[in-house]
Amino acid sequence: MATFDEPGYYDPDELVQIQRHPPVTPWMETPVDFRPGTFIYPGKPKNLHVLGLPHPHEWAVTDADWKLPQGWQQIILDGMAERLSRYRSFQLFMDICVRCGACADKCHFFIGSGDPKNMPVLRAELLRSIYRKDFTALGKVFGKLAGGRPLTEDVIKEWFYYFYQCTECRRCSVFCPYGIDTAEITMMGRELLGLLGLYVNWVIEPVANCYRFGNHLGIQPHGMVDTLEFMAGDIEEATGITVDLPINKKGAEILFFTPSGDFVADPGIYTCMAYMLLFHELGIDYTWSTYASDGGNFGLFTSHETMKRLNAKIYAEAKRLGVKWILGGECGHMWRVVHQYMNTMNGPADFLEVPTSPVTGTVFEHARSAKTVHIMEFLADVIKHGKLPLDPARNDHIRVTFHDSCNPARGMGILEEPRYVLRNVCNHFYEMPENTIREQTFCCGGGAGLGTDENMEMRLRGGLPRGNAVRYVQERYGVNQLAAMCAIDRATLVTVCDYWAPGVNVTGISELVANATVFRGEKRRTHNLRLEPIPGMADELADADAVLETRGEVGAHA
Amino acid sequence: MTMLIAVGLVTALFLVGMLGAAAGLQWVFGVALPYLAVGMFVIGLAARVLRWANVPVPFRIPTTCGQQRSLAWIRPQRLENPPDTPSVIGRMALEILGFRSLLRNTKTVMIDGRRLTYATDLALWAGAIVMHWAMLIALIRHLRLMTNPVPGFVTLVERFDGFFEVGMPVIYLTSVAFLGALAYLLYRRLAIPEVRYISLVGDYFPLFLLLAIGGSGFWLRHVTTTDIASVKALVLGLTHFAPTVPASISPLFFGHLFLVSVLLAYFPFSKLLHMPGVFLSPTRNLANTTRISRHVNPWDYPVKVHTYAEYEDELRDKMIGAGLPVEKD
Repeated sequence: MATFDEPGYYDPDELVQIQRHPPVTPWMETPVDFRPGTFIYPGKPKNLHVLGLPHPHEWAVTDADWKLPQGWQQIILDGMAERLSRYRSFQLFMDICVRCGACADKCHFFIGSGDPKNMPVLRAELLRSIYRKDFTALGKVFGKLAGGRPLTEDVIKEWFYYFYQCTECRRCSVFCPYGIDTAEITMMGRELLGLLGLYVNWVIEPVANCYRFGNHLGIQPHGMVDTLEFMAGDIEEATGITVDLPINKKGAEILFFTPSGDFVADPGIYTCMAYMLLFHELGIDYTWSTYASDGGNFGLFTSHETMKRLNAKIYAEAKRLGVKWILGGECGHMWRVVHQYMNTMNGPADFLEVPTSPVTGTVFEHARSAKTVHIMEFLADVIKHGKLPLDPARNDHIRVTFHDSCNPARGMGILEEPRYVLRNVCNHFYEMPENTIREQTFCCGGGAGLGTDENMEMRLRGGLPRGNAVRYVQERYGVNQLAAMCAIDRATLVTVCDYWAPGVNVTGISELVANATVFRGEKRRTHNLRLEPIPGMADELADADAVLETRGEVGAHA
Repeated sequence: MTMLIAVGLVTALFLVGMLGAAAGLQWVFGVALPYLAVGMFVIGLAARVLRWANVPVPFRIPTTCGQQRSLAWIRPQRLENPPDTPSVIGRMALEILGFRSLLRNTKTVMIDGRRLTYATDLALWAGAIVMHWAMLIALIRHLRLMTNPVPGFVTLVERFDGFFEVGMPVIYLTSVAFLGALAYLLYRRLAIPEVRYISLVGDYFPLFLLLAIGGSGFWLRHVTTTDIASVKALVLGLTHFAPTVPASISPLFFGHLFLVSVLLAYFPFSKLLHMPGVFLSPTRNLANTTRISRHVNPWDYPVKVHTYAEYEDELRDKMIGAGLPVEKD
């Protein structure tokens, strides 16, 4: 019997019966229903201690008393005032919303749940109502009539529930006529909750790990060596190639970093193996780092300060190791941080050089200040220059679609590079419907620290729009694989696809590149990086051998 | 309920203006309050915009809605993902003049209980853009009352606006469009359950205020014609700081003028601030150049980090055991 933290607990036919009519009670008078499967467990005090965060305490979401610290209302109001004076986005977005509702059915959580407080506009009103009451003239005088409400413990509970039901995917901000970005609102809401010691453990434990050990999973240096060695073993089994394992290597040309999820979780590990293979093939002088062993940054889901604290290690390690520039792997939120925050937070990286591809000589001018290049930009350039011998037929059993990850799409705009790479390594590539890709892409439902099993109902609901689009291409084109350049996608979309579009596997793009690459010195490639037999390959080779044998040319193809 | 409060407020305000003037308070409603309202509008708006402008933009966070500029052979979508300032100006122009983001609007519908579809839905865009442009043109037409001689472009706008030459005096296209668009915006606010659910008094009030201003203006021009020469004398007096109140102006006009005064005074304290606000929105008005040039956070402060030295101190034995190089033996 499945429990609430397993997909099998939920009947898909029931889950799609979505009540889109708002409740009879006005939203300010509708309390939160904390039902299992829709909220995340509290952050454990030990993790707050590691980070030196205020008010660590034991509490439970379903408790009536959340044991808020003395004077908590003042803490929140002071925190709001501080943030209103520091972030123009926050101040402006509190003031200018007209409640037109254009954002409402753009949110995957609203589409999947029908809960009006999951409309981006209402999610922001949860904060805006307090702002009006305590920071605006009309609100101070007219109170509720002007859309204000008093700050009570129930408001805090509501914030906790709904700011951890937003994946900061920014889809709503694409459609908002003023560009109001719910990610900014949610980030502020979570920062304010943090002032009271309220976090979710799924975020704050990885943050504590990352702070201490350099990666969210808490993998220690010797563990990382073991992990990469293990992968090297699998690489050898699949391809016959022995790859180098440069770790903490001083004087390497490039520091490579990627989300740590890809060190341990299937299918991310195959993408990680692909990096090692491709760097080996291209002869790149690079290094991994155990200290900067995670590009992912759950600080983004905690507070701006925490984001900066975790991100600092990237440039610091690049400096210590004396590399020339930095290359980043496939990850979603990591690239939001790297692209839009890192240079501001922890730059200038003037000790590095403008990134130049050692393979093609291309100067990456668009990264000339941050000195950090995306693996897809790098590989697209390599493939464009014909520097990677490719045989896309090796992926012919795969009919692939591409899921644009939220942050690279809407916080960066890397749309064509991955598609160019995919088209060059797969003969069967099919796009999902246009309103579900590129800048209009739908979240996996588990980003921004929501991808934990106790949140299963919301993950499945939030994953509905994406899952539905996947099923569409599955039924129409026979798509059997979904490529995504994000480690969270590679973790959460497996569940979403199994549930909403069973039969579609999830993969990283680099994995497909490595499977299509004809490596120097490779053995007969009968198995892919997953060590699954490649349909046709074994037979074809046998056939080819038979032909060659009759002509007396055995081995000539090797 | 919230809607009724707004209706009641606007009706009461209109009656106050009309009856007040009829009771002999023309100087109050024709001169004092309009000046006060313009003062509140200008000072209130300036204060709000300055307040926004004084809040820093610590991070460069444009919402990118198209391909970035990266490799030379990949064509960037400059107006959706601006790589430089001219592109930002283009993006903002599209947003402000054409309501670009609303133009993307889709309606999500589940078909047969199994397939989600996202059909283009331009009703909101159409209602909004017609309302705003019609209002702008109506404002330009009103310059006739504030200027002497009337500038050529005002007459030109009037000529185009009255192109169909229906009615006497000619009914302007924008008068009808303005009222029609407002009525639609009100309709959708009531008819779409989600939108009605989130609507505040502050959402209905400006709608009814504008409807009443447009409606009374239409009435003044086409139903009970007022002494236009006297109205112009009053408005010219106001704009030239030599106020005068001619006797022959109907109370209806003072109702109209008072609602305009209320609108101006209310503007800086309301959601109508979206007008100046859209210019300052950090997700729209910034170039996507964070990796090209460093954006500086003016309030940046040092944070506590876990340094490599601390990391190695804790894990040195394990690193040595795993054959990893260390800084200190």
